[in-house]
Amino acid sequence: MEEIKKQLQERFPAVESRDSVDWPAFNVPEERLLEVCRYLRDDLDYAMLVDVTAVDWSDVIPRFSVIYHLFSVSRSAYLRLAVNCADAGAPSMVSVCSIWPAANWHEREVYDMFGIQFKNHPDMRRILMWDDYPYFPLRKEFPLAGIETELPPEDTEVREATDAHVIAAPMMGGPFHATPGEPMSRAEPRAADQSWTEKNPKPLD
Amino acid sequence: MTKAVKEISLGDVGARAADYDEELLGDKVSLSMGPSHPATHGVLRLQLELDGDIVTKCMPVIGYLHRGDEKIAENMTYNQFVPYTDRLDYLAPLANNVAYAIAVERLANLKIPPRCEAIRVICCELARISSHLLGLGVYAMDTGALTVFMYTFTQREKLYSLFEELTGARFTTSYTRIGGVARDVPEGWLGRVNQFVNSLLPVVDEIDTLLTRNKIFLERTEGIAAISREDAIAYGLTGPNLRASGVDVDLRKDTPYSGYEQYDFEVPIGTHGDCYDRYLVRMEELRQSTRIVRQAIDKMPEGPFYAEDAKKIFAPRKDKILTSMEELIQNFMIVTEGPQMPAGEVYFEAENPKGALGFFIVSKGGGVPYRLKIRAPSFCSLCILDKIAPGHLMSDIPVILGSLDFVMGECDR
Repeated sequence: MEEIKKQLQERFPAVESRDSVDWPAFNVPEERLLEVCRYLRDDLDYAMLVDVTAVDWSDVIPRFSVIYHLFSVSRSAYLRLAVNCADAGAPSMVSVCSIWPAANWHEREVYDMFGIQFKNHPDMRRILMWDDYPYFPLRKEFPLAGIETELPPEDTEVREATDAHVIAAPMMGGPFHATPGEPMSRAEPRAADQSWTEKNPKPLD
Repeated sequence: MTKAVKEISLGDVGARAADYDEELLGDKVSLSMGPSHPATHGVLRLQLELDGDIVTKCMPVIGYLHRGDEKIAENMTYNQFVPYTDRLDYLAPLANNVAYAIAVERLANLKIPPRCEAIRVICCELARISSHLLGLGVYAMDTGALTVFMYTFTQREKLYSLFEELTGARFTTSYTRIGGVARDVPEGWLGRVNQFVNSLLPVVDEIDTLLTRNKIFLERTEGIAAISREDAIAYGLTGPNLRASGVDVDLRKDTPYSGYEQYDFEVPIGTHGDCYDRYLVRMEELRQSTRIVRQAIDKMPEGPFYAEDAKKIFAPRKDKILTSMEELIQNFMIVTEGPQMPAGEVYFEAENPKGALGFFIVSKGGGVPYRLKIRAPSFCSLCILDKIAPGHLMSDIPVILGSLDFVMGECDR
């Protein structure tokens, strides 16, 4: 593992090692990310991209880091790369889809949850939430109770073709929400306990 | 002007069809399959584009079961999140519990007693058997072999009774705690597990005779949706789907956890990476899992089933809480503030039935994770669909979905 670190840092002096409990981890500047990834895949045999995610550091600058986990089949070892997003207001990152097609969905999820745009991504859309959803739920300022939003609009295309109304199912339901129609903060006991501080007031409402 | 007449040899049907391709095939039809469709195994929606009977485009739409597990995890203590892991791959909740517990223990650098590790191995392998039995049953059903489903479900029912005895719940087990398991195995339980795996093997053989050389099953699965070794790696497939493509990766062997290095078992590898190979790999994994369970029962060590030295992390035993002041305070602190974890970043993947389930935890210290990311194997298995489905018949789609063996609870989180 020390060897990997030496090789990588010899080739890319800008790559710093990062604190980690388990696997070797590195901080990579965004402009070198594609080169580093290609080198890791082709020369150091980290052929698999197992995960892409992000962390919102809240009031720290830079605010967002994108985290990549690579796996080497021959070494049976993982490696972590962390890249900071320069701009906290409209964060963006280069896409690694050209190196690993696996990144496609992972990066869409990061965009969906954190609002980090990936440059040169072939299909930069939301993946878990619907397309018109206005928030980025895994950002730290987003409340656990959620924010009441408009549900996806009726699918007019289907209605014109078949005369059947296709509307979104109501979001309330499940064990915590005995009375549908109430805001989630009243129905979900944990959400009700959320303490909104002066620094972090509940949006809307 | 004379029209050129094509010479078509009557004997070669394939060439004839190819020549007439342009004329025979009509307008493209778009078809939305799911999210409530029996063949999609959950709330998966496929946006298909069909040219006659041939799929030309396949776009999976996911997120119908998105519950925000990662957001929830940031707002509760490490132990409180255990029940949420049940609801990831809800066909193998025990394996999820174990994977999550080990990830947190790696963060705290906890040493787990051997008895607890052996119990966890049995849990993981029983979960694998349970998940593969269901996976194979519905897969066979998708290809038209209804009988197999009944065989596998009979066995799963027995397994669920064993789970109930061990954990108190049949489905959502929540069995592990950070630093151990919730309770020791009940009296005589290991013997009953042994009986179960003994009775399972003849059933696996029977399924084998029903499917492996079944002409209909072969024709439905052989050569369908073959994934090359390179593609499997590039798309980040894991678990049986990756091994069916000929990649020798099994995290139980490669990065052993929970004492897997002590057990003797083989890792089945496919050659073609088609639907049939994925079936074969899962069948063999069933047998290998029974081997591991037997060895774990034989070698079951004595001793505590939780890390006793982990005072700030593991809640003390109930009888001690009720009789001793120190333990009462300890329990109070753990329940109210959560187990005290050091700061750091940790990533752990376990070889789950569906593939590698990973947890990436960012801790700033204290009882609540700052960020917890769940790397779901089903999510990665589905992202290859738009590559492998085009070119196949519409009727192959359920077979391809069945062979990938995904579960939406985990995919959408």
